[in-house]
Amino acid sequence: MAQIIGGYFTSHVPGIGGAIVRGDQDTPYWKPFFDGFPPIREWLAEAKPDVAVVFSNDHGLNFFLDKMPTFAVGAAATYDNADEGWGLPVYKSFTGHPALSWHLIDALVRDEFDITTCQQMLVDHAVSIPFELAWPGAESWPIKLIPIAINTVQYPLPSPKRCLALGRAVNRALQSWGGTERILVCGTGGLSHQLDGPRAGFMNPEYDMFCLDNLAADPEALTGHSAEQVAELAGTQGVEILNWIAARGALGDLPLTQISRNYHIPISNTAAASLLLEAA
Amino acid sequence: MTPDPCYADESAAIRRTIPLFDGHRAARGYALNAMCFSFNDAANRAAFRADEDAYCARFALTEQQRKAVADRDVLAMLEAGGNVYYLAKLAGILGLGVQDLGALQTGMSLDAFKAMLTAWAEKIPNGKHA
Ligand SMILES: [Fe+2]
Repeated sequence: MAQIIGGYFTSHVPGIGGAIVRGDQDTPYWKPFFDGFPPIREWLAEAKPDVAVVFSNDHGLNFFLDKMPTFAVGAAATYDNADEGWGLPVYKSFTGHPALSWHLIDALVRDEFDITTCQQMLVDHAVSIPFELAWPGAESWPIKLIPIAINTVQYPLPSPKRCLALGRAVNRALQSWGGTERILVCGTGGLSHQLDGPRAGFMNPEYDMFCLDNLAADPEALTGHSAEQVAELAGTQGVEILNWIAARGALGDLPLTQISRNYHIPISNTAAASLLLEAA
Repeated sequence: MTPDPCYADESAAIRRTIPLFDGHRAARGYALNAMCFSFNDAANRAAFRADEDAYCARFALTEQQRKAVADRDVLAMLEAGGNVYYLAKLAGILGLGVQDLGALQTGMSLDAFKAMLTAWAEKIPNGKHA
């Protein structure tokens, strides 16, 4: 039977990709962030997942405002990155898992989550950077990808409560999959940051701690806010915590052990974190 | 337009005050954001650089949007319905990083803005870096 082996969460800001390209991982500015990853890499090397279900948000690479799905599930055999417009190199392509994608899609819609399905989907730095951090220097990605995109761009956004529920429905769908894959769940983005407007540069370490302290043991605690309240608390881009909340839901009710946790301010304009939870 | 009573209360108030990019702004900013979305393509970035006026005309920017772009006025671009996820691609063409954008929008010097970012670390409860 397929097994959910754990959850890997990380910030994904493009600046991390720039630091990797320049080889800045050990500089005083970047080291406190990159120091969060050796334990994650060691655990992944041991745990050997076969496929990652990744909750993230598109940043204007695949989706435009002409069609903006609230929840979109990839069902492609491959996923490419592409030029995102600001001069970073194009990241490696990903191999998909269409059979598991379609199983997820069937189960989610039967479970009354009316998701959008994508047989073509570009994935941006929100997927590529977490992979680069987990498997630095890999010639090709060692595991397959199922991307799930959550709209964090155009309001109304789905509520934290709905994102947790979507994640839990993904968990039920994964439980009913007949394969033998070892499945890693990922949530990317955040933590608190705001790029736009007079409040640009805003962060909220207290709210970030609240999220990090409660995500594993009491994810319901994060669902007491509306999406708008999360934007007020975490900043306009801090709403990417929705990806973490959904990913937490996909880990289900298994007891979770925290393998590593790191929090650092600032990288780029962002309060950054990484977290690894092992499912027992 | 009358606000929808379902979210008229607190959520609507937060959308206005931060402000958040909702349907009103997405409709107002459509042309500007469409132009910025096109900058995922290097050929389009080159076309903008070569003839900014012609490129903006191709996307039928409103007068307000065209002026905001010409003035390199980020707050005015946002006011004209620009969304930062798309505007970031224009900022790339203009050679502005996210910290330059932050300095421009807050009226701070770049150094003061960077110092402000770093200072948030002092607010980490009980020094919990992990
Ligand atoms: Fe992001």
